[in-house]
Amino acid sequence: MMRNLHVKEWGIAFAALFALSLPAMAETAPGDVAFADGAVEQSLTGGAGDAENGRAVFVDRSLGNCVTCHANSDVADVPFHGEVGPTLDGVADRWTEAELRGLVVNSKMIFEGTIMPGFYVKDPAPRVREDLVGKTILTASEVEDVVAYLRTLKE
Amino acid sequence: MKRTMIATSAAALIAGLTTATAVFAGEEDELVIDGETLVTKAPAPEGSPFSEVISGWRFRSDETQALQMDDFDNPGMIYVDQGLDLWEAADGSEGKSCADCHGDIAGFAGLRAAMPKWSEELGTLATMEELINYSRTEHMGAEPWKWESNEMLSMTAAIGLQSRGMPVDVATDGPAETWWEKGREIYYTRFGQLDFSCANCHEDNYGNMLRADHLSQGQINGFPVYRLKWGGLGSIDRRFKGCVEDTRGVPFAVGSDEMKALELYVASRGTGLVIETPSVRQ
Repeated sequence: MMRNLHVKEWGIAFAALFALSLPAMAETAPGDVAFADGAVEQSLTGGAGDAENGRAVFVDRSLGNCVTCHANSDVADVPFHGEVGPTLDGVADRWTEAELRGLVVNSKMIFEGTIMPGFYVKDPAPRVREDLVGKTILTASEVEDVVAYLRTLKE
Repeated sequence: MKRTMIATSAAALIAGLTTATAVFAGEEDELVIDGETLVTKAPAPEGSPFSEVISGWRFRSDETQALQMDDFDNPGMIYVDQGLDLWEAADGSEGKSCADCHGDIAGFAGLRAAMPKWSEELGTLATMEELINYSRTEHMGAEPWKWESNEMLSMTAAIGLQSRGMPVDVATDGPAETWWEKGREIYYTRFGQLDFSCANCHEDNYGNMLRADHLSQGQINGFPVYRLKWGGLGSIDRRFKGCVEDTRGVPFAVGSDEMKALELYVASRGTGLVIETPSVRQ
């Protein structure tokens, strides 16, 4: 009896978890992103991103880790900005939302051979670490959050 | 779009120049040890992807640079001392030491500068670690040392020091040629979730800051190296392993053919520089 109850509880917990993880709208899978001249018109989540969370993803070393390569005055509170990529001050003046989305998803569609990783590409190269096989660096909603954040970087 | 690209790269270049000058005045410093100046920057030889070859020493902070300029401050020299003791110590079923057959360790001057090299006896491209273990098992009747063991690092440091100041001189022709080509292929292949090749950082972006790290050319003329991050001496393979892990990739096994091929290719990219073993890095 006790045992059955236990299993049932877990079942409910799993069902709840599964429901939570379901995207509100149909999410675009990494392989299905439609590019046009390197730009991606459609939101990957179907909705608008959260710029505030995008800023957090931008600086987080285990997520976007963008500061490692790009300088950005808006996050001057974070020490040591990299200089491998261009500075992102005023990036929203230079690129449209669709272009920014394309650059975050897979910048190689615009800049062939760039060092910049594609943040929404599955298994881009050989020898991907086992626990990361089949996974993208950022989720669809994290990409949208970063795009929303980049849209705020105007001069 | 093209105009934007040029504008942004120019801005990045200017930002890069000012930052590098301010933080790393050491790029123009000279490495002098015991009154002898070691070449740390030189015109690249013909066929090199670089216009000039630059030692990793030049990319480090003044404090880290200073540690390599005085053998009493260089923490790698403790390993050298241990290596010199091991050189004299009898081991294995034959009861022989390295010195019993090879005499003065100074007789190995030049060896490190030529590593890795094709060995007829071993029938492979041999690293220093493999030559040492071959001699231990075949000549001394002793157990081989583990690649990253204190003993192995001490011995490669002690033997390597005998070549300090001598020009990098690896053979890339003959039986080594296929290894060199394999190494070059690996060097330019992107690996891992982050999709980086060695060249992305160490050829295209040396001199740039990657967060707080000043990207170097990835030269290996100072190995084994004392890394402050490791708090100890480490092999070339350990460093390569860390690099591939940084791509979120699965590194090649230590001592594998891939590692050896890469070692030969990267060593050849340092032609023009001199051996700095044991070097000190961040």
